[in-house]
Formats: sequence, structure tokens, C-alpha cells
Amino acid sequence: MVDICFYFQVHQPHRLKNFSIFEIGKSHSYFNDTKNEKILRKVAQKCYIPANNTILDLIHRHGGAFKVSYSISGCILDQFERFMPEMIESFNELVKTGCVELLDETYYHSLASVFNKDEFVEQVKLHNEKIQGLFRFKPRVFRNTELVYSNDIAKIAEELGYIGVLGEGFDRILEWRSPNFVYKPVNSNIKLLLRNHMLSDDIAFRFGNTEWKEFPLTADKFATWINSINGNGQIVNLFMDYETFGEHQWAEKGIFEFLKFLPGEILKNIDNGFVTPSEAFEKYGPAGELDIPALTSWADTERDLTAWLGNKMQQEASQKLYEMRDLIIRSNIKPLIDDWRKLQTSDHFYYMCTKWFSDGDVHKYFNPFDTPYDALISFMNILNDLRIRLKEVNLVNGVERKWLADVQQDQVFWLRDGDAIKNILELSSALRTMEPNVFDYHVNAGRNDFATWVKVVVGDDVLAKNLEKCNKSTMAAKMVEERIKYLKK
Amino acid sequence: MKVLMFGWEFPPFSHGGLGRACYGLAKSLAKTGTEITFIVPIFPENKNDGSIKVISAAAAQKIKVKGVFSFMSPYETPLEFYKNSLKFNHSQRMQLYGRNLFKEVNMFTEKAAMVAEYGDFDIIHAHDWMTFGAAIKTKHQSGKPLVIHVHSTEIDRTGGNGVNQVIYDIERSSMEAADLVITVSRLEKNKIIEHYGISADKISVSHNSINANEYNRVKHMINMNKHYKIVLFLGRVTLQKGPDYFLYAAKKVLKEKKDVKFIIAGSGDMMFSMIEKAAQLGISDRVFFTGYLLDNEIERLMKSSNVLVMPSVAEPFGIVALEAMINKVPLIVSKQSGVIEVVDHCMKVDFWDVNEMANKILALLDYESLSTSISENGFHDVRKMSWDSQATNCLKIYEKVLGDA
Repeated sequence: MVDICFYFQVHQPHRLKNFSIFEIGKSHSYFNDTKNEKILRKVAQKCYIPANNTILDLIHRHGGAFKVSYSISGCILDQFERFMPEMIESFNELVKTGCVELLDETYYHSLASVFNKDEFVEQVKLHNEKIQGLFRFKPRVFRNTELVYSNDIAKIAEELGYIGVLGEGFDRILEWRSPNFVYKPVNSNIKLLLRNHMLSDDIAFRFGNTEWKEFPLTADKFATWINSINGNGQIVNLFMDYETFGEHQWAEKGIFEFLKFLPGEILKNIDNGFVTPSEAFEKYGPAGELDIPALTSWADTERDLTAWLGNKMQQEASQKLYEMRDLIIRSNIKPLIDDWRKLQTSDHFYYMCTKWFSDGDVHKYFNPFDTPYDALISFMNILNDLRIRLKEVNLVNGVERKWLADVQQDQVFWLRDGDAIKNILELSSALRTMEPNVFDYHVNAGRNDFATWVKVVVGDDVLAKNLEKCNKSTMAAKMVEERIKYLKK
Repeated sequence: MKVLMFGWEFPPFSHGGLGRACYGLAKSLAKTGTEITFIVPIFPENKNDGSIKVISAAAAQKIKVKGVFSFMSPYETPLEFYKNSLKFNHSQRMQLYGRNLFKEVNMFTEKAAMVAEYGDFDIIHAHDWMTFGAAIKTKHQSGKPLVIHVHSTEIDRTGGNGVNQVIYDIERSSMEAADLVITVSRLEKNKIIEHYGISADKISVSHNSINANEYNRVKHMINMNKHYKIVLFLGRVTLQKGPDYFLYAAKKVLKEKKDVKFIIAGSGDMMFSMIEKAAQLGISDRVFFTGYLLDNEIERLMKSSNVLVMPSVAEPFGIVALEAMINKVPLIVSKQSGVIEVVDHCMKVDFWDVNEMANKILALLDYESLSTSISENGFHDVRKMSWDSQATNCLKIYEKVLGDA
């Protein structure tokens, strides 16, 4: 028997304005709301509305035998609420049928899983709350932005209480194995569904391609491919962007007819059925363990993260963005935190990708920038503005100044050779001239007194974390100096 | 194939992209076995050094060069010509006896056509308006087909204001009389259709190029770049090249950032007014005017610069952009430039949008990953370029013309 598991990704980013350097410190509005609303309405007309209607029809027509799942990003939910609240209603109607499962992802459709675990977990929780609030549905399955997956991400999903997670059925990792089974990630007690990229992309990418030898793709032809899996697979995971229907593949090319007839054609064979991810996890035991230590994704031919983090611009931008986390969170100012998180949406980094020559026009989909260079400029200018806002806030709160100030007299750091250190400026000069035996006394395999003191007494977690990595006094001195330079800026 | 080409000086005595383009194309054509007779105006000044070197360099490449003494220089306006002619002594002037630019062009036409009369060739190929007369005369004499190569027009040079009617008429009637017109970009093709009424099917586009392997000769930087970031303008200081927009952008950049110097390298009829403009804007201590530079000085300056801006108001192509990319200088180029049809990795901006120009200059100076990405990818864009493919293209055009004739 073969089950089909559909999962559709529903997402639109908060696209950035062309933010000039001359706006830094003057304008704090980063997002092109006019354009975002226009694109949202356009995509809704072409895709979300007709696709939701089609799927609702299909669920009714097949009396519960047809099922799908969605992951809807917080970014698009925010925009639906603001510009098209009727879309929330429309999805609610689908959820109410009981044939639709909602999955969790990061609220901001971000790559936080790559950079900062705390931030990642926080965003997953925010998404979970949002979905429960809007749809009275508690997601049990997790899927990460762009299907970014690794052993570690599975582990975090397990810790967060999910029963399963979705990933890419990348041939190079599967080798002789088939994506058409449920798997178990190594070291985690959780289950894993892998995208069947051949069959998914037959619909998502190749459907309208007249050069393709299978063109035109009809529902009955696709059903025969599914039938042929019977006997050597249990589940076919068709994961794709929801925009496939009507936006990537046009209505005129017959994508909605294909969708309309597909369930009927599949169900003609009584051995076939439809399941949602959590049903799949309940129904099937793992066919084996999968060890995926490095990050994979569903993008491009490399199935890695190079589309978002492959070039120097993307690396600089993301690094500078995540570097700010600590101060942003501490500021405790909601609009500031929200803007910072909206900047984490993976699309912003996608627009900075320079490998578009090989990977074609997917990268240009509603891209607000002419070139990846323009994308970087606006992003970095915005980060600079955000920094100024943060500075103003922190000056008021005195957070940073506090880290530079003297600690209480009874909390000074006593060096082994008898000197006392009462602030991080003194720490930096002490480290500069420190005898190796003194340093080794305070920093060794069992302890790092400087890091502990900075964390517990001074309260600067970022510096503490950096100091933990230092096993030489010169290196530690450099870390402290850089931090002072940054705090004094 | 035997080609009679009316062209411009060979480097190092080229005053702009035109000379370099003619030389690059002729050299690559010669490599394909095409026989070229290159009729070129030779400035009397250069007679003892440059021209001899030039001819021997060309002879090595089996290009027959026939020099015709002339005071013509491809970018001069009639007024500049008059001013420059005063520099020569009486006997030199008598020898050349043209009294104004048009007389000079007529003289060149007569003399060049005379030189051409004894040549043996299948097709005539002429570059820009000053040689068009000679080419047409030769066409009538010989009955051979004529290809006219437009590198820039009077409309480009004047920005459409103060068009010299005589020059415009020469350009227009020559294009009409020619069997085919080559332009250096699609942008220029459209302009010729619009402003000269030439039909689209008579115009072929053949983009300019560079021989990427001829660069990278210079190792030393100028000293200034140790202490300052350098933003470079490289080109003739004329209306067409937009030096005024460069200064307005400089003013805005300097408001935000102090350790930046701006260099205007090149000469032209707007030089003095630009020096005044810099003073007016209160930035004359930050803007340097170098005047006319030789090739290796240009390359050295490029290599020392952090950004090169080409804010041309109307740029049929813009070889300087390719040279910036091969020298790994991050490039900002106006959207009104033909070169953007062949390269991707540069920043594009409207020439009049000085805010955006300044924004991009500042971003390139501030964001390290941006400037390295754009210069590395830009280098990748042009590193394999050569005139050879343009020569192949040119041969196809010749064959088409000869087939039609």
C-alpha cells in the first residue's frame, strides 16, 4: 500500500524597502508595505484563494479520504491579518474539516537554527502559540525553514516535544535507501519524513515545462507512477511551495485541473491513500536510522545552504544580524525585537545570492531588488539604523555602560598573584601582561574564572561566551579589547 | 578578406575608448587572416616617436598602416580644435593648411581617399564621423561596400543640446549611404533608429570588448590610498561623461565620511568649470584633477582606487567599465551606458540620481563583503574577454554585406 503525504509551504516575507544610507538614524521604517500588500493580494488571487477552494472541495468530495498539511509562516499570517483577514478564515475552514494538519516552523521563516539555538527555540514557540491562537490547533510535527535539517535540529525538535520532523530526501545522503519510508534520526527518539524530490518537483518545477519528456503531466499518469511504488515503499512525501498552484505553475497550464483530478486517480487503486505527517508517524515504524550530521535543505541542486549563506555578503549580513541578539533581547522593546526578527527571514539572504546564473529564475521570484548587491546595501543600512535605535535604548537603560562600570567592592576579581580587577578595562590590561602560570591557573580544562566572573558578576553574556573559547592570555585580551571597543562605540 | 579601415590612433596615443576599440578590433581581425589596411590620422607632434613605434607594432601583426598627417582628434569640438591649432608653429600649420575643424576633416577626406585609391580591398570599414567622408568618397571611387561603425554620435556628445548641425548631417547622410551600420550596444542602436531615422534591419550590434590578458602590468599603487579611500572618475571631462554628477555625489559622500578623496582623471572642455564647481561646493581640498593620463598611469590609479564611478549621461558603450572590472575596482555605472548589456556584476544607477550614487559609493566604502564580492565577481565577468569574438562577429557582418552586395 502507498500513502501520499502532501505538505504545502505558505509564506511571504516582509520585503525590505530600498533603504538608503541617508535614511540611517532618520527613518525607522524598513518594510515596503505597499509592495508587500500588492504581492500578497496578487498571489492570493492567483493561488491561495483558488487553491484553498479546490482543496476544500476535494476534502468534501472524497469524504475525508483526501488529506493535506500546511506550514504557514508567521510572516504571512501577520500579513493576512493585516491585509486579508478573510484568508485566515479560509484556512480555518480547511482546518475544521479534520483532514488538514498544520505544522510548526520558525515564526519568522528564519535560519536561526544555523546561528543561535535560543533564538531558534524562541521562534518555534512563537509560531506554535500563533497557530494555536488563530486556528485552535496544536501542531505536533516540525519542519524547518527551507527544509533545513540535520541530526541536531531533529534533537531540538524532540526536546520541544514534537513527534516528527520533515527533511529533504537528498540522494547523496540516502544513497541506496528510498525516501518512501519513515526514518528515525540517529540519537533522537523522533521520526523523520523525507521529501520525494523527483515526484515533488515533477509537479512543482517540471509541470509546465514543454521541453520535459513527460509533458503534459496528467493526473492519471502521475497516479501510475505512484502505483508503481507499491511494494517498494510505504509513503510518498510530496512537499512543495503552495505557490506551485497558480503562481509558479499557471492556471492556464492546467495545474488546478491536475490538482482536482489527482486524488480521484490516486484513490482508484484501493491500496492507495492520503495521510498527514502525524498520521504517517503513527502508522509506520521507522525503516532505519539516518545519520545526517551536516545541514541539508531542499534548495537548488546542491541541497545545502549556499543559496542563503554561500557568499561573503550573505555571511557578513547574517553574522552582523545575529551578533546583535543579546542586546536586542535585553532591550525588551517589542517593536525593536520584532523588526530585528523580521530581518531574519531567509528571503532577505536569498536576494543576496550571486549564483543565479546556474540556478535560474527561482531566485527572482518577487525579488524587490535589481541585484544582490542592492539587496545587501539596503539590509546593511537597515542594520545600522537598528544599531542606532538599540544604542539609544541601551543608553537609556544603561545596560552597556553598566558592563563597563566597576563591580561592587566585594565582587572584584582577585588574581592569583594578588592583583584585584574591578572592571573589564582593568581585565584587558591585566590579560595583556599576565604571566602564563597565572593565566593557566585561572583558565584550564576544569574552569575559566574570567568567563565565569564576566558572566555572573559583570553580567555580559556575550563576552563571557567569547572568553570561554580562549585558552591563551593574548587571545583573551583581544576578546576583551574588542568588546570594550564595541561597547564604547 | 581584405578590409580598408579608416580608424584612429594606436595606443599609447589614444585619447579614449575609440582608439583602443579600433586597435583591439583590427588586431583580432588580423589574427583571423584578414588583411587590413588601416588609414589613420597622425598628429605631427607624434611623428618622431609615437607614429614610428605604432607602425612597427602594427606591422608585426600584418596590419598595413597608412598614416595621413592631420590635426584631427576624435573628441574635439570645433572650438577646441581652433584653440589647439594655435599651439603649432606657422610652418606646421602651413603644412596642414586647415584653418578650422571642418576644413581639416575635408583635407583628411581628400588625402585619405587618395591613399585609399591605390589599395586593394573588398570592403570599407569606417569609425566615427570624422572618417566618414573619406570612407564614402572611397566607396564611390571603388564601388566597394561600406560599413560604418558608430562609437558615439553628436547626440551623445552634446546630450541633445547644442547639436552641431554640420556634424549631425555628416553622420546621418553617411549612415544612409552606408551598406550597413554597426553600433557598440543595443542602446546606441535604438538611439540611431530614433534620432537618425535609420531602419533597424540595417544596424548590427557588436559590443566593444577588451583583451583581458593585456592588463595587470602595474604593481605599484599611488601613495594616497594608504591614508584615504579613493573614488575615481576616469574619462574625458565633458558633458557626455557626467563629471558634474560625480561632484554632487562627492559632496554628499563627504558629508557622511571624511577620509575619502575624489579623483577626476582625464581632460576635456568642462575641466575648468568642474574645478570651479568643486570650489563652489566647498570640497576642492578633497577633489583632485589629474588631467590627461597615459595607459599605465591609468591602470595604477585604478588599482589604487576603492570605487570607480562612470556617471555618463549618454554612453554608447564605456570600455572604462570593463577596464575597472579587470583591475578589480568595484564599479558604479550609469544605467545610460551600453556596457551594462554585457556585464552583470556592477552597481547600476541613473546618472542624475546623485543620492543613490552617493549611497552606493558609501556602501562600497563601508561594507567590506560588498566591495570584495562585486570586484571578484566583476573580474570573473570580464577575465575571459577578448576582441577575438568581436572580430568573428565582425567577419560575419562583412560576409553578410558582401553577400547582399
